[in-house]
Amino acid sequence: MSAVVVDGLGKAYPRASSKALTDVSFAVDRGEIFGLIGPDGAGKTTLIRILTTLLLADQGTASVLGHDVVRDFRAIRALVGYMPGRFSLYQDLSVAENLAFFATVFGTTVEANYHLVADIYSQLEPFKTRLAGKLSGGMKQKLALCCALIHAPKVLFLDEPTTGVDPVSRKDFWGMLGRLREGGITILVSTPYMDEAARCDRIALVQKGQIIALDSLAGLVESHATETYAVSGERLFPILNDLRAYAGTRYCFAFGREHHLVLKPDAGGPEAALAYLRGLGHQTASIRAIRPNVEDVFIDLIHEQGQ
Amino acid sequence: MATEAPLAVARGVSGLSMFAAFVLKEAKHVLRDRRSLLILLGLPIVMMTLFGFALSNEVKNTNFVVLDRAPDASTLGLTGRISESNYFTFAGRVQSEAEINDRFRRGDARLAVVFPADFEHDLRHLGHAQIRLVADASDPNTASTVSNYAAAIVAQYQAELAEGSVGPGAIAVETRMLYNPQLKSSYMFVPGVMTLILMLLGAMMTSVSIVREKERGTMEVLLVSPMNPLILIIGKAVPYLVLCLIDVLIILLLSYGLLDLPGGANLPLLIAESLLFILTTLTLGLVISNLVQQQQTAMFVSLVGLLMPSLVFSGFMFPIENMPLPLRVISHLVPTRWFYLIASNVMIKHLGFAAVIQPTLILAGMTLVLLFIAWRTFKQRL
Repeated sequence: MSAVVVDGLGKAYPRASSKALTDVSFAVDRGEIFGLIGPDGAGKTTLIRILTTLLLADQGTASVLGHDVVRDFRAIRALVGYMPGRFSLYQDLSVAENLAFFATVFGTTVEANYHLVADIYSQLEPFKTRLAGKLSGGMKQKLALCCALIHAPKVLFLDEPTTGVDPVSRKDFWGMLGRLREGGITILVSTPYMDEAARCDRIALVQKGQIIALDSLAGLVESHATETYAVSGERLFPILNDLRAYAGTRYCFAFGREHHLVLKPDAGGPEAALAYLRGLGHQTASIRAIRPNVEDVFIDLIHEQGQ
Repeated sequence: MATEAPLAVARGVSGLSMFAAFVLKEAKHVLRDRRSLLILLGLPIVMMTLFGFALSNEVKNTNFVVLDRAPDASTLGLTGRISESNYFTFAGRVQSEAEINDRFRRGDARLAVVFPADFEHDLRHLGHAQIRLVADASDPNTASTVSNYAAAIVAQYQAELAEGSVGPGAIAVETRMLYNPQLKSSYMFVPGVMTLILMLLGAMMTSVSIVREKERGTMEVLLVSPMNPLILIIGKAVPYLVLCLIDVLIILLLSYGLLDLPGGANLPLLIAESLLFILTTLTLGLVISNLVQQQQTAMFVSLVGLLMPSLVFSGFMFPIENMPLPLRVISHLVPTRWFYLIASNVMIKHLGFAAVIQPTLILAGMTLVLLFIAWRTFKQRL
């Protein structure tokens, strides 16, 4: 049985020109980490808020652990853990006070469920008398995760838990999510970081309120194996402009110290593109075929949508 | 489709301990926010002191001068009588009308007592004499108060003279100020100040503290929990109820200790009525917090939307009887009007419960209606 079932969800905000969600359907299996990946404003937060019973959808239905998000919202609220995108603990309460308060709100005690958070909380314990507002970004997220876990939720909803967190803490955080999944918790997590897709069992790429692809990372990369080339050379910025002006380019975008380039089928291949660059005086330019990563797939999908 | 039951532990821990945790948490917020605490406890002290001493419209120790061209026993006696009173301080003699003008302009006197040359002669032989009181009317209210006080002293003196003499006694007009015999205004402010402070703190602090949870996102987390929103609402109100009660006690302490409010009021009744009014203001705060999303809006609505009508329609600053009919009708809807009536009846007139049953019932009814509105407008979702 699926932990979360979403069927044809649609949501529009009053005063907004475009819809926040359009006909979104998917199912999250029990015990998997399901990633909602997409840029800011794609509709990830809206979707999570509908599933955590905080917002009502305009169309479609959704259920969490078999409970309808509208009719049985109270049952869902007792079963899930939720960590909003913004740090939402009490800044003027200490680490220990926050955890104790949320434990009580969820009808349990820190002592009774300490084993659930021990792994994470042990890192916070040296600072337990510190006010939550004075913690670093990574520490805040760990505390928020503890507070969302203290009542042994069956499903965990995390809205951009790693936004604004340093890379080391991000890695740490994902390590924790992995261990939680081992414990049988279903996790639905949203993130704008493409590289975090690799840590999810399955990912849904969200763009403008729609899911444009849903698969495991490997499956996605395989099914969208567009021939992609990495172009490098001196004077990267003029190269990018020239490539975008090139008649055979489908699209080209900067990716670190290189550019990722996808050519039109009739463009004559990478050799023609290289010759074009050399002709424009980019003598040091080089081009090589690469394995597309999730970002390539995402941009490829956006291009497909655009056409 | 199979469904999963909510956690058993959620029922194991009682709503009462959730409630206790909530009140404790709220108390910590209040105690750790020094600025709010200062406002909560400092405001009654500041307002009582201001209204009681600085803003008092009572006339005390007003300087007066005397123009007496032929001093005699009667003029000296009357001058002495005026300067003996608490209201006036003798500020010397002047020799001419022009000099009076001078002293007024310099601001070191506000009243001049002018005796004619043959004052005692007239008084003894004609049985009546004239005296002129000249007041600095650049501040008309003070001028009329000052000259009334002086006239009262003169009348009293005259009455005493008449008692000692034979023949037809002079008619003394007796003016008695009910409930406030010395026309002492400082404690007259107490019920009004109390009404305003409770309205302001009760409504503003509650609404701001709930809206703060919305603004900071903690409301989202609390909503996605098995906790009944009722616990949240009552848990929010309790600490502020306690604080408002402390404010009532501070106000009473200052009134009796510092402003010499005469004893004799039914204090348990007063505190019980205050409790009712605090509940009214807290529920008003709840309604506001349900309707707005930002702390600043909550504060603005509390200040402009509540404090202004409270000030205008309570009867504390402007007499309601003098208002045009539409405003009088509106004043019935303002809770402060009813509490002000109760508080001044109990505190100043020393009336019992029987005299305030009607406003008490109105206030209780308003509270119930507001509570219902607060309940209906509470959003279970964002």
